[in-house]
Amino acid sequence: MNNSILPRQLLHLISALFRDIFRQPAVLFWGIVFPILMSLGLGIAFTQKTEVFHQVAVISDALPPGVSSHIDSFLQSHGTTIQPTEDSAHRYRISLTEDHLGKTTFTFLKTDSRQAMVLLKRGRVSVLIDEHDGTIRYHFDPLNIDAQLAYRKLSKLLGREQPVCPQENRDSIDPLTVTGTRYIDFLIPGLMSMGIMMSCMWGISYGLIEKRSRKLLRRMVATPMKKSYFLMALMIVRLAMNFIESGLLFLFAYFVFDITIQGNIPALILFFIAGNIAFGGIAVFVSSRTANTEIGNGLVNVVVMPMMVLSGVFFSYHNFPEWSIPFIQKLPLTMLADGIRSIFIEGAGFSETALPTFILLAVGILFFTTGLKIFKWH
Amino acid sequence: MNPIIEVKEVYKSFKNVQAVNGISLSVFEGQFTALLGPNGAGKTTLVEMIEGIQKPDKGDIFILGKKWKGNEDELHRIIGLSLQETHFIDKLTARETLTLFAAFYDLGRQRVAEVIDIIGLGEKQNAYVVGLSGGQRQRLALGIALLNKPRILLLDEPTTGLDPNARREIWAILFYLKEHAQTSLILTTHYMEEAAQLCDNVIIIDKGRILKQGTLDQLLNEDHEEKIIEFTLEKTNQSVETLQHTIPLPIKWDPRFEKGILSVSRLETEIPAFFSYLKERHIRLKNLECRRKTLDDVFTSLTGRRLNE
Repeated sequence: MNNSILPRQLLHLISALFRDIFRQPAVLFWGIVFPILMSLGLGIAFTQKTEVFHQVAVISDALPPGVSSHIDSFLQSHGTTIQPTEDSAHRYRISLTEDHLGKTTFTFLKTDSRQAMVLLKRGRVSVLIDEHDGTIRYHFDPLNIDAQLAYRKLSKLLGREQPVCPQENRDSIDPLTVTGTRYIDFLIPGLMSMGIMMSCMWGISYGLIEKRSRKLLRRMVATPMKKSYFLMALMIVRLAMNFIESGLLFLFAYFVFDITIQGNIPALILFFIAGNIAFGGIAVFVSSRTANTEIGNGLVNVVVMPMMVLSGVFFSYHNFPEWSIPFIQKLPLTMLADGIRSIFIEGAGFSETALPTFILLAVGILFFTTGLKIFKWH
Repeated sequence: MNPIIEVKEVYKSFKNVQAVNGISLSVFEGQFTALLGPNGAGKTTLVEMIEGIQKPDKGDIFILGKKWKGNEDELHRIIGLSLQETHFIDKLTARETLTLFAAFYDLGRQRVAEVIDIIGLGEKQNAYVVGLSGGQRQRLALGIALLNKPRILLLDEPTTGLDPNARREIWAILFYLKEHAQTSLILTTHYMEEAAQLCDNVIIIDKGRILKQGTLDQLLNEDHEEKIIEFTLEKTNQSVETLQHTIPLPIKWDPRFEKGILSVSRLETEIPAFFSYLKERHIRLKNLECRRKTLDDVFTSLTGRRLNE
């Protein structure tokens, strides 16, 4: 074979595949615009202060007749009377605004003890309160996080013992707004990693299976084309697309959320390439046999879904059981996301990322060579 | 003269289907050969084994005296092929698609331009593949097959599904090749006209076996009965039995179309005789048609079925 023509084959394959991608606006939208929209949506959702609502049932039949209720007098003096409903004839609303925690609004529903239990069971209220010997009693499920939070805020509002007046909040809160400590700093590297995985798995795997089912692979290998060049061209095009996609996502996050890369940029680039090779290799392996796009759909989902859930793209995987953490940390997407995060927000460099870079490269090469060996071209 | 393609006792089966059942054939330099048979006859499997896409279960295939194993690159360079159905990259233009495939053969723009000219896609060269008509796509597939000026061209049903005009355009390209290039062609088809018009050698295949092969003249004139009389009768039910039992001519009756078929060698003497037999037996004709014998008639005489069934 004339070796001098091989790079030319590769060049033409890359050029053809690029054209095919750039001439399909839908591909550009889902590859580039959609991740940006997702980061915008999630970024705004997790960075804006939101108003928190709590509904509280006030049991009015706990005191003997004729004894005046401290809760009642507190609500009448500090609360706003609001429209009665079928659940309660007397409703009050009290709103608290705290500098860094946002606004919290309590709605108090005066009702009897039986109706209060019904409301609790229906999830309409999370906390019941009543008064006994001049002390406020709180009833709630301690395993319910929302109820716990409502209780904490409520007990501050009403006082743990004698309710007298709203307690002034004397605790100081120092919100974490330093770059690298916010949720968006956690999210953007996660989205980039997920983008690499999705782009490789769908772009390469699904693309290959489709080309096989359309008999294009069969036609191409009936020429002197070098087979590995075709697969390499797919991976190179995907790497370039991922650079563009991640670059635009970063630029967006840089201008909108003020995100910066605190670690070593060449280490990040090398790590990024390693991640692409890992998922490119896996994608070639996954698509090495089938010509059925339905089966291909399933195969790709089998690979991406567990990693989407487990690898800590959106939230830390440390919420999973302790025993599962070592396994999760060995998943390619976890390695990629952890590595990119460490460079972005922990200031990591070559020494910290050398091992995961090597592992990702090894994973990619292993899957690529195995996939190429068993690859069905016809 | 040594054959350019030699197929020796080749077998191929898929699960419970014996697609090719002991076929042997030879194709010589410059010869145009048609593999003619109905759908499912085993034509595509046979041609894909010649193309090196599938491996025979048993038997040998030699291209220029060489087997596929170990000679893939060399053989790919001398073969051009068009599969039964190929979808190229949708958003590449016809010219870009040809340029991509040309790069696989280390060919440049000049050859791409020549091929565009041969296949007559000049006006559509900048149209995306997805926007080409069926006939234009098939011409593009043929153009790709011609890029490397192949010594052997293998076309699998190149005109199936095309309208008559598009079919004639493909035929025109193949006529041009026959005249101007030193290409040997194997073409699979279930259109007898295609085999008859284009090919010097016709191989009739059915159920994975070769039924008959030869030149068009050899196949049509083997029994010296090259004319066909087809007729229908006014009173079919009463007349058929009389016709078959009392007239001393080899009449075949096709009950589906209520049609009688008679193969003859000399129309000028046998038609008057046929008419006088009918007159004597008071059988009246509704319709009569005389035509040349076709490959479809040959296939029907061999299998009892028609090619397009």
